[in-house]
Amino acid sequence: MWLWFHKLSSPPYAYRTAGLVRPWLFWPAIALMAIGAFGGLVLAPEDYQQKDAFRIIYVHVPSASLSLMIYTVMAVAAAVGVIWRIKLAHAVAAACAPIGAWFTVATLVTGSIYGKPMWGTWWEWDPRLTSELILLFLYLGYMALRASFDDTQRADRASAILAIVGVVNVPIVKYSVVWWNSLHQGPSISKLAAPSIEGSMLWPLLIMMLAFVLYFGAVLCDRLRGEILRRERNASWLTESLARS
Amino acid sequence: MSSVQTTPGLSKILMLVMARDLRLAVRHWDQVLQPLIFFVIVTTLFPLAISPALDELRKISPGVLWVAAMLASLLALESLFRPDVEDGTMEQWVLSGQPLSLLLLAKTATHWLLTGLPLVLMAPIVGTALGMPQSVWPVLAGTLALGTGSLSVLGAIGAALTVSVRRGSVLLALLVLPLEMPVLIFGARAVDLAMHGEAVAGPLNLLAALLLFFVSLGPFAMAAAMRISVES
Repeated sequence: MWLWFHKLSSPPYAYRTAGLVRPWLFWPAIALMAIGAFGGLVLAPEDYQQKDAFRIIYVHVPSASLSLMIYTVMAVAAAVGVIWRIKLAHAVAAACAPIGAWFTVATLVTGSIYGKPMWGTWWEWDPRLTSELILLFLYLGYMALRASFDDTQRADRASAILAIVGVVNVPIVKYSVVWWNSLHQGPSISKLAAPSIEGSMLWPLLIMMLAFVLYFGAVLCDRLRGEILRRERNASWLTESLARS
Repeated sequence: MSSVQTTPGLSKILMLVMARDLRLAVRHWDQVLQPLIFFVIVTTLFPLAISPALDELRKISPGVLWVAAMLASLLALESLFRPDVEDGTMEQWVLSGQPLSLLLLAKTATHWLLTGLPLVLMAPIVGTALGMPQSVWPVLAGTLALGTGSLSVLGAIGAALTVSVRRGSVLLALLVLPLEMPVLIFGARAVDLAMHGEAVAGPLNLLAALLLFFVSLGPFAMAAAMRISVES
């Protein structure tokens, strides 16, 4: 187990592994997205209250959960990088940030498109919306800090501290923001025991979620490879493997 | 002429750190004043931009004061570590073998005395100009006293991270402001509740809890960030 871990943390090995794993994540993700989209847009019945407009949840909800999940992945990778001094973990954290930021943007955009017909307004200063917006600010701050160092190693360690401080602070931000009365509906699928959403509407959502997670994995592989290329541009293994191909 | 030079104890060192910063502040008192003037100017902008009617200003006064205090404390952060890092003092601290986290905490505490405390004293006066009733003064000062403490600690983490970055002040705002939002929410909320004559214990307790939390964990993040910024 540990041997495998150490092997994986070497850039050439990780570069090759990410390249091998990527298609196994990407194509299933696309296939599941197609199935989920068909199930959600065609098979699922209209909502009796929200009509067809509810169908945007098949993009909105997976994006929202991914935006939070990716931040956690990023912070864990940053902590691993700081504690065990594994450079590759920093590369993973660096690769996560833009993906997470884009999922946060997707959540905000689909949310406000959803909000217009439902609440009659594009934007509402509601706890969930606000904390999602703050999450976007945290991603942007992280990327800005990373970009402001020329030296990759210092950028890694400084931004790792920010990511860790951020993840400690995220629950605080979340609960402080919940002070206002919420317009946003409560979670529907976490209540799996007695789901308040009907099965025919639920399964496409779960499929979509799985698809989004796989898609994140595929994009992460891509970005990680790019990140490794950038960091190892002077390494001999890279010039050798490029010369061979 | 003693051949053995003894190192003073830790509490003595922390006292020396604080005394040095206080003395420096007395000698550059104009720099201490700048964030305060900024605070007053920012609060002046709101009557000009919104309306001079006290009825309207009273409604937004808790928020205005809190936002202005937050921005003023942000502005003051620039001078927290930068001079010491630039002239090499901080490098000596890192190498001194003393716990860097405590040294930085002492420095931050002094910084709060010089920037946070004047805001606490100044806010009721500015608040009155915005139509805030006198009965709210204690709550306003209390929330600011607890809140600016948290702002100083969070800001010090950000300042330590960005101190070696050229033109780091915009970056500093970008990093620190999102993290400071809970303090703003509870602080402004408590003042708002007090103005409506309601109980303020809830948000005040939360502010105190945040302060304790940040003071106990923040110094470690500060020290780790400072080590990265100084070594190069």
